This record gives sequence, C-alpha cells and structure tokens, in this order.
Amino acid sequence: MDYKEIIASYADKPGGIIEAFHAVQSQLSYLPREVIAEAAQVFNIPVSEAYGVASFYSMFSTEPRGKNIIRICESAPCHVAGAAEVVQALERELGIFMGESTADGLFALEFTECVGQCQATPVITINGEPYLDVNAATIPGILAKYR
Amino acid sequence: MAEEMRIVLRNYGKIDPLKIEDYIAQGGYKALEKARSMSQSDLIAEVKKSNLRGRGGAGFNCGQKWSFAYGAESDIKYVVCNADEGEPGTYKDRLIMENDPQALLEGMAICAYAIGAKQGYIYCRGEYPQVIKILNQAIEQAVTKGVLADFAIEVRSGAGAYVCGEETALIESIEGSRGEPRFKPPYPPSQGLWGKPTIVNNVETFANLPAIVENGADWYASIGVPSYPGTKIFTLTGDVNNCTFFEVPTNTTIRELIYKFGGGIPAGKKFKAVQIGGTSGAFIPESQLDTPVAFDNMSTIGATLGSGAVFVVDETRDIVDVAARIAGFFEHESCGKCAPCREGTARIAEIMENINDGFGEMSDLALLKKLGRVMSVSCLCGLGQAAPAPVITTIEHFMADYQAKIL
Ligand SMILES: Cc1cc2nc3c(=O)[nH]c(=O)nc-3n(C[C@H](O)[C@H](O)[C@H](O)COP(=O)(O)O)c2cc1C
Ligand code: SF4
Ligand code: FES
Repeated sequence: MDYKEIIASYADKPGGIIEAFHAVQSQLSYLPREVIAEAAQVFNIPVSEAYGVASFYSMFSTEPRGKNIIRICESAPCHVAGAAEVVQALERELGIFMGESTADGLFALEFTECVGQCQATPVITINGEPYLDVNAATIPGILAKYR
Repeated sequence: MAEEMRIVLRNYGKIDPLKIEDYIAQGGYKALEKARSMSQSDLIAEVKKSNLRGRGGAGFNCGQKWSFAYGAESDIKYVVCNADEGEPGTYKDRLIMENDPQALLEGMAICAYAIGAKQGYIYCRGEYPQVIKILNQAIEQAVTKGVLADFAIEVRSGAGAYVCGEETALIESIEGSRGEPRFKPPYPPSQGLWGKPTIVNNVETFANLPAIVENGADWYASIGVPSYPGTKIFTLTGDVNNCTFFEVPTNTTIRELIYKFGGGIPAGKKFKAVQIGGTSGAFIPESQLDTPVAFDNMSTIGATLGSGAVFVVDETRDIVDVAARIAGFFEHESCGKCAPCREGTARIAEIMENINDGFGEMSDLALLKKLGRVMSVSCLCGLGQAAPAPVITTIEHFMADYQAKIL
C-alpha cells in the first residue's frame, strides 16, 4: 500500500495520527517528510504539530534507517545483567555503532529503555520481537534470521 | 509466613486466553452481570468499601475516583485502561493481558456501567505488539458473544515514551498529540479525554474488579494490610535466584519477597540494596527489609510500592554506576515541558556521570541533594518529582560507595 492510502485509512479515527505513523513505519522504517505533511493534512493539524508528534515518540524516526530495527534495553535490570557486552557484540557483528544503520540498509541499532521482558535479562528486540537472555555468543545466530 | 495468593492471576495457566468460552467456564462475566443488577451508586459504594486502591502507582481509592466521574454531568464519558507499563523491571500488566485478557475487559465494563460510559480505550505501550493482537482478538470475541452489551473498547498503541504512563499525558497521546502531562486540576474524572469525564485505571486495578464484585467488598478488604488490601503482583529482577513474578497479599514483607519468593541472592553473595516500584523508587537497605509492601508502610520508610518491580543488587554491584544509569533514564524520558525537570534531570545525569567516572567532588553530593529537593516540589508531574529519589537514597544509605569514587 502506498503511504497516502495507509494514512487515509486512519482518517476517521479521532487522534489516529499515531496509529497512522505506526502503520507507515512498519513499511518504510521511518517517517519521511512527505508522510508527515500528508498526515498533517489528513488529520487537519499544522505540519509543525504533526512533526512534533513524530519527533516526540522514541519509536518514530524522522531520518532514514535500516529495515530491521534492533533495540537494546539499557534500563537498570538489563544494565547489570550485561547489556554493555551485548552492545559491543552487536556493534562488532554489524560493523556500526549504536544509533547507526548498516550500509546495506538491513539493520539499524538503537538503545531503548525497558521493553517489559525483564524476566530474562539482557533483552533486545528486533522489529518488536523480543529476544531474551542474549549474550555475545547468541547474537550471530539471532542476526542470521534477518540476513 | 505469607503464601502466594492469586486473585488477579486466578486464571493464569488454567485457560486458553484466546478462548472466551474458557473464561466464561471459569465463571467469567458473572460479576459483570451482578454489577448490572445493582444500582450504579450501590456498585460504586461497594468498590469504595473494598478499599481497592490503584495499582498503577498513586494508590488512589478506586471507588472514590469512580464516584467523581459518576457525579460529573455529561452525556459522554470514557473509561481508559492504562497499559503503558513503562516502569523498568515491570511486566505484570503484560502477564495479565497475555494470560487473561477477558478479566481486564470485564473490569473495564464494570467501571463503564458504574460511571455511565459507552466507550473505552486501552492504551497499550508500543513495545507490546503481541499483546495488542491478543487484546484485539479478545475484544472481538467479547463483542461476538455480546457480553459487553453497548460498551465498546478500542486499543490504542503508544510509541515509546515513558511519560505517557502519566494519566494526562496518556490522554494527550490518545488524542494524537505529544504525550506531555497537563496542568491539574482539572483532573480526568471531571475533564479528561476530549474534555469529557474520564476514568483512567491501571490494568491490575481493573483485573481485580470481577473478583471484588463477585465475592464482595468485605472479603477483599480482609486480605493483606487493611489500608491497602488485596494482593499485588511483583516482578523480580537483578541479583535474585528466581527472576520471576508472584502475586502475594499486601502484608508480605520485602524480606519475604527477596528470600522466600525470590529464593535469595545467587552464588552465596550478600544482599546490598533493593529498589522497589520501578526506576523512580528509593533504594532500600538491609535494615528496612521487614517492612510490609503495602502502600503506606512503604511511604513510612521513604520508599514506594509503585508498579511492584523489585530490583535487587548484591554486595559486588557498583551502586553509583547503577544510580548514574538511572539518572540517564530520566534525562532521556523527561518530556521537557517544565524547566525544573528538563534541566534538573540533565544536571543530575551530568553530575552522576562525573562522579561515576571519578571526577566528582564531595560538594557535588550537597548539590544533588539541593537539586533533588527543588525538583520534588517544583516539577509539574510525577516523573520529575520522583526522578531524584534513587540518587538521593543511594547517597543516604550508601555514602561509602560515593566516597570511594570521589576520593
Ligand atoms: C511518569 C509517570 C509514569 C506512570 N506510568 C504509569 C504506567 O505505566 N501505568 C500505570 O498504570 N500508571 C502509571 N502512572 C500513574 C498514572 O498517572 C495514574 O495514576 C494511574 O494510571 C491511575 O490508575 P490506578 O488508580 O488504577 O493506579 C504513571 C505516573 C507517572 C507520573
Ligand atoms: S516533570 Fe518532567 S516529564 Fe513531567 S511535565 Fe515536567 S518536564 Fe515533563
Ligand atoms: S529492564 Fe530490560 S527489558 Fe525490562
């Protein structure tokens, strides 16, 4: 579906701009300028306000990024369980630093706070899917599924 | 000694969460039927008498809150479920929604009848896409069965902002805006979602209601500590043997949580501190472990019950490093609407990072305490007011750790 159709399908939902942004992002990985302008028009708010919404929430990105979004929990329980080693392993495996995307556009690496899977720390999510009890040794196997 | 007691999680593992027939076979939706046979004011009086207090952190009497929305003049009213669950170390609302979603829907429907609402929203954090699917399926089944009558429920997704757990920020977010807290008053029961009377309750609060209506207020009020009766779900993280969850009566002590249910500290190490209620909670030392977990008992030791997260650190942990990480959390999650929090969280994080990196001075600690005092009284919402607590309480109870890094 093209982004205009996606946004239009939420037009009747009061306050539905956040849902619309989620839907677009699941296809494009980020919210390009045209999407924000289109949403502003559909939901009848100034572009600045639509941009304000897009930039407020940490799951939205207004910059292009890799297709598979890897988020590493850095909240205290994951922090003491060794999140820093997981960060190092991911950076090494992908050849990028936190906050960057791979050149082939396949992966984006981001920090997040607690994702509510704290029964088995440290935790990462890829496109919202949680991986529990991760460590440097399990990272390559997890990434292979997305390559 | 306290034993586990499942009220909220009574159907955990016993039913297929995606089969409403299973829930009904366990007696589900009988309470809603009973509620609807009562007058609205009798129902609210019963909930008030049970002394059920909010499980989302603030501990407000549930029935009393409902009576404000019931009394508010308006054709349109809303019931909103707070499923934002952003407090680090917490996943109890997810457990409820994944394992017994109909209990939540029934609790919301009881509230809707009590206050006279026809529309409900569940605001579920964006990090739980699987839960959102389950909720939508559960709603579909409830609609097909006709159990909700004319009460409609819609699920809305958050998008990664801790502050949206604050009820007025959550309302802003449902309205499609930046999730910044509103000035209060007016409070949501008089003017909430789209300016209409709105009840915002936590998932665990709603999930308690079917059992309360079914078994009566007196039954519920007799469980646990009278000032905060019932059970509470706790989720254990950090240095404990059983990193898992428990539902226990509120007279359970912190020590029992860690040693009895949590199985103690791994590898024969010694206990150092526990932070309860999530990342804004106080760090509690050994000497206060015999405190019951109920709301007011926790307040008397300067701690909070909060979400029921229990984060344990053993003697080998660097508590300054942990407190510095937590300060970073608040800097990141501050919404920026008010200056004391926007600036204050950034300064606390900066000073803590300095101390943690070995560049701190003793005068920094006095500065932190002063800043903490200012923030606790001048910040607009609970985020900024509580943000200094982990730093202040670690300075208070673990001064030696700070001294070791400063000298
Ligand atoms: C920064 C902040 C975050 C909060 N996060 C949550 C949350 O994730 N879930 C929740 O139920 N309440 C949260 N609250 C409390 C809500 O504002 C509100 O008190 C609660 O939803 C009321 O429901 P209850 O009476 O059933 O507890 C938060 C409050 C603050 C200040
Ligand atoms: S205290 Fe912090 S989070 Fe709350 S309104 Fe002020 S800036 Fe926003
Ligand atoms: S603390 Fe990392 S998932 Fe909750």
